[in-house]
Parts: sequence; structure tokens; C-alpha cells
Amino acid sequence: MPVRVETFSQVEEAARALSSNQKARIYGGGTILMRSVNEGDQSFDTLFRLTDPTLKDIRSEGDRVLIGAAVTMAEIIRHRDLSFLADAARAVGGPAIRTTATIAGNLLAPPPYGDLATALVALGAEVRFAGQGSANVPIDEFMRDRESRKGSVVTAVSVPRLADPTALRFLKVTRVKPKGVALMSIAALLPRAGGRIDGFRIAYGNMGPTPLRVAAVERALEGSSLDEAGITRAAAVATEGLDPPTDALASAWYRREVAPVHLRRLLLGQTG
Amino acid sequence: MAQKPVQFTLNGEDKAAFASDGQNLLDMLRRGVGDLSPKYGCGQGACGACTVLIDGEPCLSCLTLAETVDGKDVATTSGLSSGSGIHPLQDAFMRNFAAQCGYCTPGMLMAAKALLDRNPQPSRDDVVEAISGNLCRCTGYEPIINAVLEASRSGASQPNG
Repeated sequence: MPVRVETFSQVEEAARALSSNQKARIYGGGTILMRSVNEGDQSFDTLFRLTDPTLKDIRSEGDRVLIGAAVTMAEIIRHRDLSFLADAARAVGGPAIRTTATIAGNLLAPPPYGDLATALVALGAEVRFAGQGSANVPIDEFMRDRESRKGSVVTAVSVPRLADPTALRFLKVTRVKPKGVALMSIAALLPRAGGRIDGFRIAYGNMGPTPLRVAAVERALEGSSLDEAGITRAAAVATEGLDPPTDALASAWYRREVAPVHLRRLLLGQTG
Repeated sequence: MAQKPVQFTLNGEDKAAFASDGQNLLDMLRRGVGDLSPKYGCGQGACGACTVLIDGEPCLSCLTLAETVDGKDVATTSGLSSGSGIHPLQDAFMRNFAAQCGYCTPGMLMAAKALLDRNPQPSRDDVVEAISGNLCRCTGYEPIINAVLEASRSGASQPNG
């Protein structure tokens, strides 16, 4: 049976309709959802198309930038205030995916997707929902119970404006060049204060059910100056407390073996 | 089943079609308005054979809900040639043996056109990046990359060129 498409010009209306319809899905860019539509997936029967222009906004809000849910990877890459996210946005798909794939879609994308979301976790982004005004949910919390949030509508993502765009480093590990899905991705926020790293955050993609922070590595590096000794300490605990998946790309064992190597390269800045 | 009227321009010509619920743009182009140039490869956004330009941006028509192009401008390989002349990109593909079975070619051409429209003098790396979402199982890509670079030197990026 084909799916029905309902169009909403106000995101709040869509959120209300979604809460009473278990078989509806939000159509964002369509790069993930349309694959299911094309395959005849029967787990949903309605698509909600949102035409609310506020979902396309990118605007400053104090020392943060608010990115509307429907902003695409290509729009992030082109935006001068978001240059620190460009590497991660560029890692998503090919050019024709990036013109349509949205930031909210990436936040909710199942593995092996979510390269941008991994960078957003490292960045300490916050997520905003319809019907909840300007209340923000920290992204760590959002990722912890991501499955249960599928009945809500993301309206925007708020990110800190980085004074130094190079403070966010991103690395995607693939087996196919130039493009392939991520075996793992790593994002690190390395804010410098007087030569030492202060407020270090690191996130992995594809090393668990959602992009996640790596507490052991953060602890190992906090207050260090990213020297050889500090990086060796961090690499030693690269997968501590994690349960990486086994999938078509790699086994959990392989992911554990290579994670310290890639983490080391990222921290040494050898990712070019 | 609901049918939604969709009005758009296809290669500069006004078109009207009915989009059925959940229909993708590729299907509407091929079956609704009879433009057979974009190809159905995987239906999963993995191969790029269905690449078209929507308002000048490369998009995968198999992953685009047909009704979303209402009021927009769609360009496909059918619109590349004018009269009896072929587009410099097509010419370069021919001279560089950049098509073997030819199934990926329409998508490759549109991905290349999107690149040259924005960046008339691309580097080799730019070309590789531009076609990174398009699979070719015949050529090994080198002839395609060379063709796009050659077309950029011969002025494929000129308006209407």
C-alpha cells in the first residue's frame, strides 16, 4: 500500500499530529526515509512533510548558533558561521546526498550514519523540540534515549560558536575511497587555554548504538597539553567502557584494534 | 489513492504531472512525463544513476518525493544537448571513452554539470569529490575524471553551454 503524504506549514501542528499517529514518519531530506518508502516498508503509512520556513533558519543566539532542523549538509558547508562543522558535514554521502540530507535527519540516523551527529556530540550541541519553546536538551541526554524521542519533532540544533574553528577536529574512517560509510568516526573538541586542553570532549560514531562521548579518553586528556605522553595515555583507554558493534563493515574486535590508532592520528593532527 | 498536481519546469519547459502518494521524482520523470534519461539503479541512493539537478543542485531523484519539486526547476541529461549539437561534457565523455555500458552516464553527466556550473576550473580532486556519489562498474573512473577535466578546459561551464 502506498504511503499518504500530509503537508504541514507549522511545525507545532505536525508535532501534535505525530503524537497521535504511531504510523507517521517525518519526511526531512528523505535520504534515509525514502529508501524505506521505495522498498515498500509497511511499518509506517504516512509521511509528514514540513514546509515551515523557520526550520531552514541559521541564526546567532548569544554565543551560540541555532541551526534549523531542515538545514542541509550543503547549507552548513556554505555558511560562514559554521566553518567548524564543514569537515563533518562534508563527510556525509556524496554531493547529491548533501544537498538534501538534513541536520535533524543525521541526529536520528541509525548506524552506520551520523557523521555530523558525532561532531555535534563532541561540540556539546543542544537539541530543541516542537512544543517545548526554547528549552534545550543537551545532546548527550538526547543520544542516551534517542529511540524514545522518535515521537517528537526536532526543530533546531544549537551549537556553541567556536572562536577557533580548528578547535573541532573530525575524522571519518572508511574502507572505500573517496567515499564510503564510516567504520567509525571520531570528533574531538580541543579548546586551548594557556597551552593546555581545557574542556576536552570526544565522541565516536559507529562504536555503539548512537554517537557517544568517550569518558575514559576525556579523563585521560583533561588538563594535558596534547603531548606524546598524554596521547599515549588516551590511546590506551580508547575503547574503555565501550561495546562496539559487529556489522558488515567490521567486527567489534577490529574496531577495538583500530580505534586507538585513529584516535592517535586525530590527536596528533595527522588526518590529512 | 490521492493524486497531487505538480507543476515544474523540466529542462526549461513547463510540465505538469500528477504525483501519487509516496511516488519518487525518478518515477514521475520516467513514467509521468516520459523523460527516460535519469536511470533507476538501486532505489537506495547508493549509485547516483538517477542524479538530476533541482534548482541547479545535484539531487538523487529516487530519494526525492515527487511532489516536493512543485514550482521548481528540474534538469536532466535530456536537456543537455541543444538541437543536433551535444553538450561539451557529452563530447568529452565520448572522446575519452568515459561510457562503456552507459548506465551510470546520465548521473555522471549531471554530477559533472553541477560541479562545472559552480566551479568552472576544478582540480582533479574536485572532480573526484563531485562524482564520489556515482558508481561506475565499467571504466574504473579514470576516463570519466579525464573527460570532466577536458570539458572544463573546453568551456562546458558557459551558460547554456
